[in-house]
Amino acid sequence: MQNVVAEEQFCELTRRVRRRLLDLHFAAKVGHIGGNLSCLDALLYLHHHVLADGDALTLSKGHSVGALYVALWSAGKLTDDDLESFYRDGTKLSGHPAAGWSPDILFSTGSLGHGLSLAAGVALGRRLQGKPGRVFCLCSDGEWQEGSTWEALTFARHHRLDSLTVLVDGNGLQGFGDTQSVASMGDLAQRIAGFGVDVREIDGHDVAGLQEIAEPASNGPRVFVMKTVKGKGVPFMEGKMEWHYLPMTEEQYRLACQLVQQ
Amino acid sequence: MRNAACTAWCELYAERPFVFLTGDLGFMALEPLRDQLGGHFINAGVAEQNMVSVAAGIRQTGIETWVYSIAPFAYARPFEQIRNDVCINRQPVYIVGNGGGYGYGVQGPTHHAIEDYGVLLALQGMNVYVPAFADDVGLAIRQLSAAQRPAYLRLGRCEKPKEFAAPKFTPWRKLLEGGGPILVAVGPIVGPLISAVAQMDVLTRPELWLLSVMPAGIDALPAEIVDAARAGRSLAVVEEHVSQGSAGTALVARLAAMGVPPRMFMPFNAKGYPSATYGSQAFHRVESGIDAESVLRALSTTDSRQ
Repeated sequence: MQNVVAEEQFCELTRRVRRRLLDLHFAAKVGHIGGNLSCLDALLYLHHHVLADGDALTLSKGHSVGALYVALWSAGKLTDDDLESFYRDGTKLSGHPAAGWSPDILFSTGSLGHGLSLAAGVALGRRLQGKPGRVFCLCSDGEWQEGSTWEALTFARHHRLDSLTVLVDGNGLQGFGDTQSVASMGDLAQRIAGFGVDVREIDGHDVAGLQEIAEPASNGPRVFVMKTVKGKGVPFMEGKMEWHYLPMTEEQYRLACQLVQQ
Repeated sequence: MRNAACTAWCELYAERPFVFLTGDLGFMALEPLRDQLGGHFINAGVAEQNMVSVAAGIRQTGIETWVYSIAPFAYARPFEQIRNDVCINRQPVYIVGNGGGYGYGVQGPTHHAIEDYGVLLALQGMNVYVPAFADDVGLAIRQLSAAQRPAYLRLGRCEKPKEFAAPKFTPWRKLLEGGGPILVAVGPIVGPLISAVAQMDVLTRPELWLLSVMPAGIDALPAEIVDAARAGRSLAVVEEHVSQGSAGTALVARLAAMGVPPRMFMPFNAKGYPSATYGSQAFHRVESGIDAESVLRALSTTDSRQ
């Protein structure tokens, strides 16, 4: 499903949902907001313009589940009451995705390096049974320090899983440093290309770039390394590693809410 | 048991399709399965973590999925993948470990799996099947497949005495009557015990039992074993597995919870590598004191003192 998406319309959607994400995290007093903001545009684009019935998405970077929840909310798949339960005792909306209650969450994830293998398995299982549907996997960039992710890429390439599309949230920052200083991950697209996989680098916040995600691949999986900004949309958070973990104070929350509307 | 397993899988596949992944193992054993399954037989390569997660992904699409490697590579390397992607995600993937215990003998400690089922039984919803004889394997495969729950199948080498007619595979089997202590064995290690116990006086020899499925076997103890514990008979458990997470400790805990702790518990477990030297499976059993001769000697000495 490929739509020409009006940029202005999409920006309005992202502003509205970004604000809802801030509300969600502030109310729950939880962090991880930076990496949620960096992949929110991609998740919104997927849920509003790409995913069709029968398609599957695995959130390998499970710590960005807040962005997934508000994307599902914006698509009418979760209610405000659902979001109110985030992080509370008895919730289904845990701090990393938990499977078993929503058709949009196939797997419990959170430990990095699992999602791509799971998605590859779904793609292969469907192909073996003649079942249709595209399979998407959203990874972090730091996640490519996990050896199992490269195992999965090798497998997906070998089996020519052309229903599989991998999105990498390339915000360049991880839990305790930047990806370049921790593991020289700056040339990630080139490394992935070295495995014989079709790789494209796109702007993960720009409609023109995100539109490429909708194009089905052929002859193997396709990987989009998205250039993104940690804390996107909240200037005092943008590009700051500490927003990988920090919860917002009330003052920061109020300021962030003003800034995301601009 | 590999050949028996291969035959069983081939028969099962003739009835309904499944996917079988191997971690680049099965040479000289799984070729018939490979040839029969075609595209449903996948050599996932030397990448066990990916293999298990892929299996969970395949299973999520609705088709039965098996994973095969030698025992240590099947459970230890991809432990988190089994924990998260199979058990937490409730995907009934069936993991097969060949050569459990000291099965790979002189190949050395990296190739042994003497803590496999203890580790795996700690995971939510995991079920362990330990066939003792080649004839068990087909039924074990059928039963675990029918159960539709995450499972680990520990294969070994059949050591059944030729003349012995083993009862059909079930979680518990009484193999030999005896008036002495209750002696429970787990897996193929029971083979040499059958021969040795059979030669002893039935009035005083151990009563030999075989445990093959956990935790189902622990949760549902045979009434005869409960009654024996209540009557004050000692309990001994022999297994090619370390004490931590062993069937023996689980069995004693279960009896204690039922209010009938055994008067005396004699565990016979793998002790690792006490001499820091390596050898055959038989060598390691002797070093751990879990070979038939050592077990029966210890039982006769200890139990006679009670």
